[in-house]
Amino acid sequence: MNVMQPIDRIRGGVHENERHESGHKHVSGTAEYIDDIPEPQGTLHGYLGLSQRAHADILSIDFEAVNASEGVIGVLTAADIPGENDISPAHKHDEPIFVTDKVEFHGQPIFAVVATSREAARRAAAKVKIEYRDLPHVTDVLEAAAANYPLVIDPLKLERGDIDAGFAKAKNILEGEMRIGGQDHFYLEGQISFAIPGEDDEVLVYSSTQHPAETQHMVATVLGVPSNAVTVNVRRMGGGFGGKETQANIFAAVAAVAAKKYRCPVKVRPDRDDDMSATGKRHDFHVDYKLGFDDEGHIEAVDAVFSARCGYSADLSGPVTDRALFHADNCYFYPNVRLRSRPLKTNTVSNTAFRGFGGPQGMVGGERMIEDIAYAIGKDPLEIRKLNFYGGEGRNLTPYHQTVEDNIIGRIIEELETSADYAKRREAVIAFNRESNVVKRGIALTPVKFGISFTKTEYNQAGALVHVYTDGSIHLNHGGTEMGQGLYTKVAQVVADEFQVDLDRIKVTATTTGKVPNTSATAASSGSDLNGMAAANAAQQIKERLVKFAAERWNVAEADVAFEPNVVRIGAERLSFNEFIKIAYGARIQLSAAGFYKTPKIHWNRAEGRGRPFFYYAYGASCSEVSVDTLTGEYQVDRTDILHDVGRSLNPALDLGQVEGAFVQGMGWLTTEELWWDAKGRLRTHAPSTYKIPLASDRPRVFNTRLAEWSVNREETIRRSKAVGEPPFMLGISVLEALSMAAASVAEYRIAPRLDAPATPERVLMAIERLRAAARQKG
Amino acid sequence: MTIQIRNTIRFILNHRLVELADVSPVQTLLDFLRIDRNLKGTKEGCAEGDCGACTVLIGRLLDGKLKYESVNACIRFVGSLDGCHIVTVDSLAQPAGPLHPVQQAMVDTHASQCGFCTPGFVMSLYGLWMENSKPSIAEIEKALQGNLCRCTGYAAIIRAAEAISTIGDIGKDPLVAERDRIAGELAALQDGRRVEIGSETERFILPGSVDDFAAVLEANPKATIVAGSTDVGLWVTKFMRDISPVIHLTHLEELRRITVDADGVTLGAGVSYAEAYPVIVAHFPELTELWDRIGGQQVRNMGTVGGNIANGSPIGDTPPALIALGAAITLRKGDRRRTVVLEDFFIAYGKQDREPGEFVESVRIPFVSDKARVAVYKVTKRLDEDITAVCGGFNIAFEAGRVSDAIIAFGGMAATPKRAAHVEAVLKGAEWNEETIERAVAAFDQDFTPLTDWRASAEYRQLVAKNLLRRFYLETQSSGGQLRLDRTIAVAV
Repeated sequence: MNVMQPIDRIRGGVHENERHESGHKHVSGTAEYIDDIPEPQGTLHGYLGLSQRAHADILSIDFEAVNASEGVIGVLTAADIPGENDISPAHKHDEPIFVTDKVEFHGQPIFAVVATSREAARRAAAKVKIEYRDLPHVTDVLEAAAANYPLVIDPLKLERGDIDAGFAKAKNILEGEMRIGGQDHFYLEGQISFAIPGEDDEVLVYSSTQHPAETQHMVATVLGVPSNAVTVNVRRMGGGFGGKETQANIFAAVAAVAAKKYRCPVKVRPDRDDDMSATGKRHDFHVDYKLGFDDEGHIEAVDAVFSARCGYSADLSGPVTDRALFHADNCYFYPNVRLRSRPLKTNTVSNTAFRGFGGPQGMVGGERMIEDIAYAIGKDPLEIRKLNFYGGEGRNLTPYHQTVEDNIIGRIIEELETSADYAKRREAVIAFNRESNVVKRGIALTPVKFGISFTKTEYNQAGALVHVYTDGSIHLNHGGTEMGQGLYTKVAQVVADEFQVDLDRIKVTATTTGKVPNTSATAASSGSDLNGMAAANAAQQIKERLVKFAAERWNVAEADVAFEPNVVRIGAERLSFNEFIKIAYGARIQLSAAGFYKTPKIHWNRAEGRGRPFFYYAYGASCSEVSVDTLTGEYQVDRTDILHDVGRSLNPALDLGQVEGAFVQGMGWLTTEELWWDAKGRLRTHAPSTYKIPLASDRPRVFNTRLAEWSVNREETIRRSKAVGEPPFMLGISVLEALSMAAASVAEYRIAPRLDAPATPERVLMAIERLRAAARQKG
Repeated sequence: MTIQIRNTIRFILNHRLVELADVSPVQTLLDFLRIDRNLKGTKEGCAEGDCGACTVLIGRLLDGKLKYESVNACIRFVGSLDGCHIVTVDSLAQPAGPLHPVQQAMVDTHASQCGFCTPGFVMSLYGLWMENSKPSIAEIEKALQGNLCRCTGYAAIIRAAEAISTIGDIGKDPLVAERDRIAGELAALQDGRRVEIGSETERFILPGSVDDFAAVLEANPKATIVAGSTDVGLWVTKFMRDISPVIHLTHLEELRRITVDADGVTLGAGVSYAEAYPVIVAHFPELTELWDRIGGQQVRNMGTVGGNIANGSPIGDTPPALIALGAAITLRKGDRRRTVVLEDFFIAYGKQDREPGEFVESVRIPFVSDKARVAVYKVTKRLDEDITAVCGGFNIAFEAGRVSDAIIAFGGMAATPKRAAHVEAVLKGAEWNEETIERAVAAFDQDFTPLTDWRASAEYRQLVAKNLLRRFYLETQSSGGQLRLDRTIAVAV
């Protein structure tokens, strides 16, 4: 038996800057996305036919020209759906795959063409003749309220303290409103599904989905078969951001229905324009608020209504609008508070999950209130922020009655203030603005506190499947999906660390409903927290068996068996991991385990608006400085400094990428990304030519991002790390506020600029004009 | 003259010569790569040339010299590629071999997340590296204007771009090391023949010379002329229009000529934005920023000034500037040529002064007199790779403190690129001071009633147009302070 020389540590364990497991494949074009999977002979292609009206009765549909079009195999309508014509994730039965007699938004699917090529299907779909009878439509959230449009789901109310007493006590009361725009996900890989029919009722669906288990369930429901007949598989997505949490389902369902009907593989991939017209986005919000505060800027009372453009159906609008309320406090203690959501129906595509899931909109609303106080009493908004942070006796209870126990925002802000040289630069900005007439500058430092866990408690569970093969290589599968965030890499690092083997021993395989069942969406930043724990649990089960076996076989105490780097130490003896595994196999030790995890401590009672919906909070802060051209409203971000908390990072390099990417995406949401509907209710910004996400040249001219390396999650999360997907998205708020300050400079910072989002150059210029006019009036 | 005709197209795809006889005029390079050739490394993100996921390099000859340029495969027609070398991401590294330095740099700096845009970034950076192995941050950003990434926030990609030369030596790159051999192979494909493929509704032609082009167009007056396909590509991928018969200008090196004489510059109608760039920068430095902000690098490599004019868009990038400069175009039909002052070419929305069978042959841009001051301002929602909300071109001449002449043209303010005649009238002869400017600003309301759309509201457009004149004025004054955003702010480590 060999005596192995011990090495220090394994390659690619936790807390290492390991590269993305698919990095080399991304750069060489060999990473396989669904559209790259070799198509079996006879593969057909489906293409959706979309409504050309925002709200109308369908009087007749003529498919003659469609059917006569070259390459067409057939047309699918609601009548071709064997099971239920519904994919509502809220189980409200309000989301048909194909509408029958009435369309409720411009771009709503009515039918699908199946043809021998995608091109043929697409050209044929355009040849349909549909007779409509128009009905009045509403696309805007305030118009929907005025028109008494219904709510798509029950609203939420959070209440604490005595709101009336709070306002009665407050020396200053201020009312305001704000519009916050939506956002398209603009995942680079569009929606796509590829279904291959199997025997009996079976079907295999490759779907670019963040939620394979729900896609499986929806496909089964639509086909009218049990879930065990449907397997959903996803190796990776070309971006998700929430846009493939529920929005992938229709494409999967249509591909599956067509595959079963025609007994051929069927792929469905919409053009980018149709993808952007027919799938949901981030909710636009209107915030109506009333604030009470004292002369120093301490908040006494907050009363706010968050109205959201939900679109025609419920989808995830309930939990999205809930999460807006959960984050309207951001880092601030509201002594007396009432927050209400108003999830309004509109004749637009049904809005859905998007990184932050309503949280960003709630937080922007909360930060707007802070800004208003600051301009009202003539102070730096950062001062008002600090005055109102959670912390101190009786100042730790959120509007939803969860106690903030892990608050580190004070230290984050303090460190960032110093490293970004905030105070001095703010003075310099004010000095610059005094001298400069055309270009004006602004600077803002804003905090983030984001609650981690699905607010739907049952989603906070995960499974994993780990096999150790007789050659010592390890197969890892878990319920999370890879959309670029590096989840597969991180979970593999966890498993490598558990077994103490080099990372290259571990292969993460495509997420599939056949290996790990009943999984949750890879969403709510939960991927590593949940799946990392489940995978660790599976590895631990195998390890326990191995330890027990080794102790018995070598006659040592279990405590004398240890997994050391690539080696198993038994008493004084050291065996290579491979060798040991071979022996264990020979002794008939089970080398496979299904792991499981559920988040502890959390509970939530929506009806009462009370509970502990979040296991913990992630924190961060950013400081942005901007220059604004006051003749055109054009601007640039001159510098951004970020300090962000990811607990004890599983992979600092990947986490840094998440933080940088999220910041730029958040900045895009609040600046140039504008959704624009015309009078006919048609979205006109439905392609990159008209919908402008940030470019390389839009990122801050100076961009300093750091992780708070000292932070350790006080809760027992996987290796004390924290979730990273969503929280840094809200770091982008500092850009919006810096733009506000630049605008405010034209009125000597005495008037709240009330810049709506997205702050396009047009909105910035119009705010400047408004402020100039107001300043002239004020004298 | 007997015209010799070939009924196939030939190009080099990565390492192999391809000859095709059966090609649809609407066949895009992207679909050809992915569907016909099973080369799946190149991705479709938008199918309209705006996201860059489909970026490939095209090598083509001009005067025997081979140059590789990044292009968007999604809106490039296969028919236009006769005689070219197509380089896709699939060819950069051998299956079991080491990664290409550009690829390795991207991996080392964690520059890919979801990976879908990544092949496009690799190709854009490769194209840049070949031209400029030690690019500045500004040069990197410019090369990446046509590539969207939704995951990384770009910081890591910029770090990758800076690291490439520390990993590899550009001199050892296969395309650089073997340039002469490849140029020779491409030259051997140039037989001067007219290429004709297909018939009736599925037909395209590559004329062998400009004279041949004139003859072919006269015989097919309804043909769709395709230069860079940055516009026509979308007619196909987005509107599914039938465009047959198509005439590709691929072989017309004569149309890619640039002539500089004592009085001005003449650009052949097939000169791409990228090819025109050095001349524009040298002779019309006031247009540099505008030129840097036309589309992304791929679009600047494909699109032509002639095409930008000929398609008549009211929001085209170059017309406001060129009108202000007093540019004129030469139109040709058969052997007959006529010259039209550019502003007169644009008659109404979608209507230009171009007869059936006639084509834009060249654009003449006269030098500016020493007495004049020129400025061009393009205003967009996003600074780079965006379509004009308002674009103003100013050419104002002074004599003894008064305006001796003024040409002011705007895009985005009317159904065509249009001069601000009333504004000009107020300025002409007037003293150059604030009071004159404010009188001229008022005249904008007589010149323009812009539209509201997704790019900007009518109110914003009108206000910005006025403010651009104010900016022009401020820039003639010595003490205006900082008047424009400082895009050159150094990027710190």
